[in-house]
Amino acid sequence: MTVRIVASAFDALDEIRAHELKLGERRRQIGAAATFVGSMRDFNEGDAVQSMVLEHYAGMTDRHLENMVAEAIQRWHLDDVLIVHRVGEIVPADAIVLVAVWSAHRAHAFESCRHLMEELKSSAPFWKKEVTADGERWVTKNTPGSTAGFSG
Amino acid sequence: MAIKVRFFASLAETVGRREVDVEFRDGLTVEAIWKDLTAGESLPSGILCAVNHTYCTLDQILKDSDEVAYFPPVTGG
Repeated sequence: MTVRIVASAFDALDEIRAHELKLGERRRQIGAAATFVGSMRDFNEGDAVQSMVLEHYAGMTDRHLENMVAEAIQRWHLDDVLIVHRVGEIVPADAIVLVAVWSAHRAHAFESCRHLMEELKSSAPFWKKEVTADGERWVTKNTPGSTAGFSG
Repeated sequence: MAIKVRFFASLAETVGRREVDVEFRDGLTVEAIWKDLTAGESLPSGILCAVNHTYCTLDQILKDSDEVAYFPPVTGG
């Protein structure tokens, strides 16, 4: 398991590739990998967003993510999990979060990847502040994790 | 003999500080600290709290040297 909180831009594909190399012989037991990459949009709630600052609670955020991952590994019998999350100043198109899981079977990989992402969104201590032409504003809620939550 | 109290994100801006030390006393709860610091106000709806980096409830009783944090709903990912 690897959980990293990083203060500079990261390349999600490079992260996945580097982690797969570390899996070594364990890759022979792995039948599925599922990954999710969240990146910054240049719009939110009808406004253009120029940049964003992501705050976290050092000490709690990493511990919370590690506990989440440990539970998921046990529940879905995962072979490995990698989470990378950005903090600090972010610009549109930058990756914000990577969740990657490796398991014997695709059902476990798909389910656990989505679960980890939704858990992270709803409980990991991160906070976004957006910079728009009108000034700064805190993001007060995340977009829904299911298409049923979108109105149009 | 102190409790470290921390505030994050929009809540830190609202209360005007990010950190303060509070003197420890027996039976002190997470809710009591908030009231001590805000002249008796209730914790605003939706505000979350943690003790020693783990989510907690308002009635959690504190030990000396604990770290308490208050913060708004999370918006990461």
